[in-house]
Amino acid sequence: MPLRAIVATTASKTAAALSRAAGRGDGSVIGGWIGLKIDPDLLTHLASGRAVALVSGTNGKTTTTRLTAAAVGVLGRVATNSFGANMPSGHTSALAKEGHTPFAVLEVDEHYLPQVIEATRPKVVALLNLSRDQLDRAKEVAMMAQLWKTTLASHPDIRVVANADDPLVVWSAAASTQVTWFSAGQRWHDDSFVCPESGHPIERANGDWWCSGCPLRRPRPQWVVEEDGVIDPRGDWHLVKLQLPGKVNLGNAATALAVAGEFGVRPIEALPRLSRVSSIAGRYAQVDRDGRNIRLLLAKNPASWLEAFDMADQAPTLLSINARDPDGLDTSWLWDVDFAPLRDRPVLITGDRAFDLAVRLQVNQVPFRHVNSFDEALASVPPGRLEVIANYTAFQDIRAVLDRVN
Amino acid sequence: MNDSTLRIVWIYPDLLSTYGDRGNMLILAHRAAARGIPVETYEVRSDMQMPTSADIYLIGGGEDGPQALAAQRLITDGGLHRAVNQGASVLAICAGYQLFGHSFFAKGTKCAGLGLLDIFSDRGETRAVGELRGDIDPRLGLPPLTGFENHGGRTHLGQHAAPLARVTGGIGNDGQTEGAWAGKVIGTYSHGPALARNPAIADLLLRWSTGADRLAPLDDSWPERLRGERLAAATPA
Repeated sequence: MPLRAIVATTASKTAAALSRAAGRGDGSVIGGWIGLKIDPDLLTHLASGRAVALVSGTNGKTTTTRLTAAAVGVLGRVATNSFGANMPSGHTSALAKEGHTPFAVLEVDEHYLPQVIEATRPKVVALLNLSRDQLDRAKEVAMMAQLWKTTLASHPDIRVVANADDPLVVWSAAASTQVTWFSAGQRWHDDSFVCPESGHPIERANGDWWCSGCPLRRPRPQWVVEEDGVIDPRGDWHLVKLQLPGKVNLGNAATALAVAGEFGVRPIEALPRLSRVSSIAGRYAQVDRDGRNIRLLLAKNPASWLEAFDMADQAPTLLSINARDPDGLDTSWLWDVDFAPLRDRPVLITGDRAFDLAVRLQVNQVPFRHVNSFDEALASVPPGRLEVIANYTAFQDIRAVLDRVN
Repeated sequence: MNDSTLRIVWIYPDLLSTYGDRGNMLILAHRAAARGIPVETYEVRSDMQMPTSADIYLIGGGEDGPQALAAQRLITDGGLHRAVNQGASVLAICAGYQLFGHSFFAKGTKCAGLGLLDIFSDRGETRAVGELRGDIDPRLGLPPLTGFENHGGRTHLGQHAAPLARVTGGIGNDGQTEGAWAGKVIGTYSHGPALARNPAIADLLLRWSTGADRLAPLDDSWPERLRGERLAAATPA
């Protein structure tokens, strides 16, 4: 490694340690930011010599990255950005912190995928899904699919592991010559009514989909979720036992098995490791406090809210909404979510943008109560389960109240 | 369906529903039902014929490609023109607002609009993103407009359209005026669920389409709290 890169790596680790010691954060961004200031090619230097997998998509990145890192860990040490810091500064921090490892599994913000592919020269790229998310600053969904398509077309050597159930993902991966398809389901269809290739309506039936005006259609997947397990490319079914809730996480586990499979890991080796993952940077974490069992669910956009409702128990539920920079400043997505599944349980609301949520719930005929803080919410529910569903910074706020639970 | 039923059409949700546009339909239906007005909503996709006899038509925001496609299909279909000429009310948002004018730009190309509002749109040098606030045309008798805008367009009004509002925060059409209205057609750059923050505009559409001079008041304490918060959050123009 060049001297400049060595200096940058040391500075990066020091800054990260200082940030953690000062209680200012996970140290997962600041270290990399400083390292990249000293050596702009630091990420390239740090990635070289490692077999890298990148995981990108609108939803499920952090969880799938964690599960994939656990699965690839069968083969040796894995560096990973497990705090969800998914831009190049976060990747740089993660690789600097771990020192040399034979493998790296990195979650990548979908906008940065082209840049991170250039810097890290991955062996495998996993494409999970694309749906609307923070449109006030994000590229519109179709433009994101085009960005991926162009990038992958210029890197035919990269193996792609992609979701056969998402038409936008299939379209963007179509130019690749080495694609392994998985089927993890698609709960949210509102961004793929129309074919990205031809503009004709997409037809759907029994889990299949096809364009009504061009040849684009669902490819036959090699990895498929079936009941509470996964079928591998040889046709063998494996029971998947997870501590993480919901069908969505079964899909994430299937994806992790598919990516690890590209490295030569067999499902039977990986599955025991997947079952040991209990929470991811606070997501799905359970905390007992004052007789309440609090469970934290993160939901950032319409598709992930539907998934959170699927995971949540019928118990008192606190919803918390912010609209700070990392969340996107726009709350209009609240109207794309149907909150009706919450009508059968007590609902509390809080957060910077609780009033936006209040208007939404009123029209949705979901009774609710507004509280000013997490502590007030805790005090106003009976002993037992409290489900907390929050978007990104609201989730971090509550996690901070709970002593940065992991 | 009987004649006292209020019929609301959401135009092409398969093309123009970028963010929360469904909200306007839900809010209108909710506020009508709360007054005991029977209401039916129709989501008319771009492969369906546009009904001509509904009372309120809603059209939302979208990306350039779908915007151009929607304009073409609405011109070919002709149903929306007949409905507006027969006196239907319209709320047109963002891309939907632009395509109600004579022309607009999509993917760098000038496209023909519906010509149902005397406006035309081109591209601004910067994207307008953030809180939007304005004083609504006093002839409409409504409290200030609050919205969130996110668009790259600039819109110019002809003689036969009036600005919906004078901008007091944000950009709107051009930093001076925001939106447009003529007859019973309202267009605005307040994107997505604009009516969530502006229940008075929802009630104006309901009054226009039912002929009622006034509607029974509703408990709007949550929308009012939201309005207060967002009007204060807009940066003065």
